[in-house]
Parts: sequence; structure tokens; C-alpha cells
Amino acid sequence: MRLSKAWTVASKDFKTFTKKKGILYSSLYFELVVSIGLPFLVLYISGKPNAVAALPQLLNAFSFLFVIGAALLPVSIASYSLVGEKVQKSLEPLLATPTTDEEILAGKSIAAFLPAICSSFIGALVFTILIDLFTYSPLKYLYFPNWDFAIILFLLAPLVCILAVGFNVLVSSRVNDVRTAQQIGYLIILPFGAVYFLTELKVLTQTTNNLLIMAAVVAVIDGIVFYLVRATFQREEILTKWK
Amino acid sequence: MNMIEVQGLTKKFGDFTAVDGLTFQVAEGEVFGLLGPNGAGKTTTVRMLCCLISRTAGDAHIAGYDLANPADSLKIRKLIGLVPDNIGLYEELSAYENLDYYGKLYECTPDERKTRIEYFLKMMELWEKRDLPISDFSKGMKQKVGIARALIHDPRLLFFDEPTANLDPESARSIREFILQLKKEGKTIFFNTHNLDEAQRVCDRIGILKTRLLAVNTPQQLEKNVWGSRTVIQVEEVSEPVLEAVRRLDPVSLSVEENKINIGINDPTRQNPDFVQAIVAAGGRIQYVTQLNPGLEETYLKIIQ
Ligand SMILES: Nc1ncnc2c1ncn2[C@@H]1O[C@H](COP(=O)(O)OP(=O)(O)O)[C@@H](O)[C@H]1O
Ligand SMILES: [Mg+2]
Repeated sequence: MRLSKAWTVASKDFKTFTKKKGILYSSLYFELVVSIGLPFLVLYISGKPNAVAALPQLLNAFSFLFVIGAALLPVSIASYSLVGEKVQKSLEPLLATPTTDEEILAGKSIAAFLPAICSSFIGALVFTILIDLFTYSPLKYLYFPNWDFAIILFLLAPLVCILAVGFNVLVSSRVNDVRTAQQIGYLIILPFGAVYFLTELKVLTQTTNNLLIMAAVVAVIDGIVFYLVRATFQREEILTKWK
Repeated sequence: MNMIEVQGLTKKFGDFTAVDGLTFQVAEGEVFGLLGPNGAGKTTTVRMLCCLISRTAGDAHIAGYDLANPADSLKIRKLIGLVPDNIGLYEELSAYENLDYYGKLYECTPDERKTRIEYFLKMMELWEKRDLPISDFSKGMKQKVGIARALIHDPRLLFFDEPTANLDPESARSIREFILQLKKEGKTIFFNTHNLDEAQRVCDRIGILKTRLLAVNTPQQLEKNVWGSRTVIQVEEVSEPVLEAVRRLDPVSLSVEENKINIGINDPTRQNPDFVQAIVAAGGRIQYVTQLNPGLEETYLKIIQ
């Protein structure tokens, strides 16, 4: 596989996204709410009496939202990137070029993964700075950085992002319009949302160990999804079975 | 050397045979037309030859490269250009961006991309509109951009899959003229169509396809093979002595329609004068002597029925 070819494919998608403002905005909303909205909510809460004791647990829970973000952010791009080609019937001329199926798949995956993970990181940076700024005086220590958040951001989030991209490729091969692809694609958030709520309900606890176990589970599922994606993303399949 | 060599090429979708045992060759520099009704297997054939779908059976070579050899697949795709039936441009990108993207995919240098995009867009009279998104283009304009896209890497072999279908007559004409110009430049062209008139105007040879290849030849030869040569002699009045005189010369076939005598003749240029003389001698007053041209349409319908 030639990475330069994959990059050519990805770059074309980047160019498209700069023209499709809706795709950009959808990822911006999440960042605004989580990275800026939540710290201000924390600021408001920490002013209340007796709130300080509950702060660490609250921040811990909010940190997990970046896992959900990693599942959410690639969806709009990934679904547009493939179903968009399908709707415009551009896959046939694309596959006719001297580009291998792997290179196209890699390009499409990069196009969805890179912006999602980058905006996750930028959002996380803003989030940690604001939280530290707002909570240093009540807590008397810097909450971030910490190991759990590092695991969330640098291990769990990329793995979840890969899962979301792969899942969306599979969905894209079965549906015919971008909206449906997105609606089904967003289902990938559900398991992580469930983990979030079970943690809130104290059924699960968010410990370093549990985060690592979760990362291992997601990595295994990533492997299975990758296998399925490879089987689905083959020119013969794309041209004769993708409906 | 033959640009395309196909032997027993077959494609099945499950139990359904879409293309059955095609055998033909296309010489370098030739315009070869595949003519057939909807569902005949034209698109399937082109897709197999462009390494887009696999074949179920048979052999095919493009410019000497083996279609069955995965290692040759990229080389084959690099030397061909495809204008698919659905042109499939990126609507939100401009004409220039669409072509530039394909230039990169076809591994052209930045200089080649720049000069060729300018050359083709100017030739197609779209240079002024190069930065508009494709969604603003008419169908005919999109088709032209699609053709420029297939030419961006200066391929030796071009596949056109029904390039003028659903176009207005003027756009269709300019596309045909463009194809003829490509032929002058020495490109080999494989041309799918269900338009007979177009096939006749553009193609050197025509293959008539309906799942199987029913006939391959030049348009003129196809007509001749199906109908033989016919001479129509129109007389003032068809009388029995005139017919008798014609019969005596032992024509291949003979029929009469009003005042026209329709005669099948093996070698018209040598035998026509004898028939004329015989009719005159029998008292027939000849008004016209013409060659019967059933046309490709009649020929085609007769072949595929
Ligand atoms: N992916 C496919 N699966 C099943 N049948 C197909 C598929 N693609 C084409 N066919 C069938 O193969 C036949 C030939 O199709 P096609 O090559 O598109 O014909 P043409 O281009 O001459 O109109 C048709 O009957 C069509 O329904
Ligand atoms: Mg077709």
C-alpha cells in the first residue's frame, strides 16, 4: 500500500468538508458543549457550598465524555465520505484509477479518523485548561493531567474512533443516503453511553483498571470490525453488491 | 499488435449469465463499438476489461497484459481511461478540482496536471467555468468534464459507456466529434452504445451483443452479410416479359413491390448492366437504378431477433 495514494484520497475528502459546512458544524457543537460548556457548569457548581467534595467524581465522569466524543465525531464525516461517493456514483471511476482497494479504504479511514481525533485532542486541551483554571482554588490541586484521563484520551479514544470509522464503513455499504447512514452510524455511541450511565448509577466504577479492560475489549472488537471491513471493501463487492 | 484480445469472456452473477463467451480483438488505433439493447451485458463487459469486476471464465489481454494476473491490474488501469455510464463527478468540487484529483490518482506530475487540465477545459470551452462547482454544470458539460477526466493521464485505450445517452442532440454531436478527433490522434476506443446511427458514424467495427456476441464486422460488411447485395430497378410498369427477362439471368433473389423490381445480385458492378440491358430489351422503361440499403437498423434488428 502506498500511503501517498491514501493521502490523496483523504485530502480530497478534507477539501470537500471545507465546502460542506454542515459536516464541520456538527463536530463543533460537541466541542463547544463539552470543552467549554461543561467547565463553566463546573465553575457554577463549585461556587455552591459543600460542592467541593463531589467535584473529583463529577470531573471523572465528564472525562469519559471524550470517549463518547471519539465515537460521535467520525460519524458525520465517515458516512458522508463513503455514502457521498455512492450517491454521486463516483466509486466506479475512482476504482478504475490505478489505486488499490486498500489505498482507497485507508484514505477514507484517514479522512474520518484524523479530524475526529484532532478535534478530540484540541477539545480535551481546552477542557483540561479551563477545568484546572476553575477548580484549582476550591480543590487546592490541579485535577488534570491525570493517568485516567491520559488513558481515555490516548488509548481509549483512538480505539473507539477506529471502531466508529469501521462501523460506519460497514453501515455505508448497506444504505443509500447520507442521513440514514448517519442515523445508524450514531448507534455506535450507545454502548459507551450505557457505560457512562451505569457509572453514574454506580453499577460500574471508573477506575484505571476498568478503563484498561475497556480499552482491551474495544481493541478486540476493532480487530473483528477491521476483518469485516476488509471483506466488504472490495471492488467486486462495491460495484455489484453495494446497493 | 492487438490492444484488446478477448477469448471466451464470461460473467455470471449467481446463476444468471450476463455475458457469455465473448471472443473478439480490437486493433491499436481502432474504434470498436459494442452495440446491444439494454441489459445486453455492455457495461458488464467494460467493467471486466477495466479490472473493476472479475470474470467468471475466459481470457482477456489488454496491451499484452493479462487480466487474470493481479500484478498486471494496476498497469492495465494506468493505460486505460474510462468514461462510465454514470459520470460520477464530485458535485461540490469544481471542474478543476475534480480533474486535479484524478490527475493525482493517475500519478501525473503537477506540471502534466496543470497543462492537461488547461488544455482540455479550453478545448471543451469550459475554462471560464473551471472554478464553479460541478453541481452548476449542465448534463452535457458534466459529460465533457468526465471525458477530460478519462484523458488526464493520456491513456492509449479509452472506454466509453454510452457517452451520449440522455444528452441533447447538440451535446451528443460535440461528444461524437470529440471521439472522432481522439481516433485521429491514434487512440484505441471501445465504445458502448445502443444508438445505431452513432455506432455507424463513429465505429470502424461493430460487435452486436445480446449476452453473446452475435456478429462482429464493419457496419457495411454487417449489412452485406445479412442482406447480400440488392439492386432496385424502378420501371414505368412491371410486365410479365420484363420479369421473365430478369429470371433468365438467374438472380439470387427476386421480389416486386409496386413498380420496383428488387434483385439480389452477387456481384452488382459486373452484373447490373446485364439486368438493365435485359429489361430494356424486354420493353421495360427504366426510371431509376439504385442500390438497396437496408441500413444498420434493419440489419441490427434482424441479427438480434
Ligand atoms: N451486480 C449485478 N448483479 C446481478 N445482475 C447484474 C448485475 N449487474 C448487471 N446485472 C445483469 O446483467 C445483465 C447485463 O447488464 P449490463 O452489463 O448492465 O447491460 P447493458 O450495459 O448492456 O445495459 C442485466 O440483465 C443486468 O440485470
Ligand atoms: Mg450499461
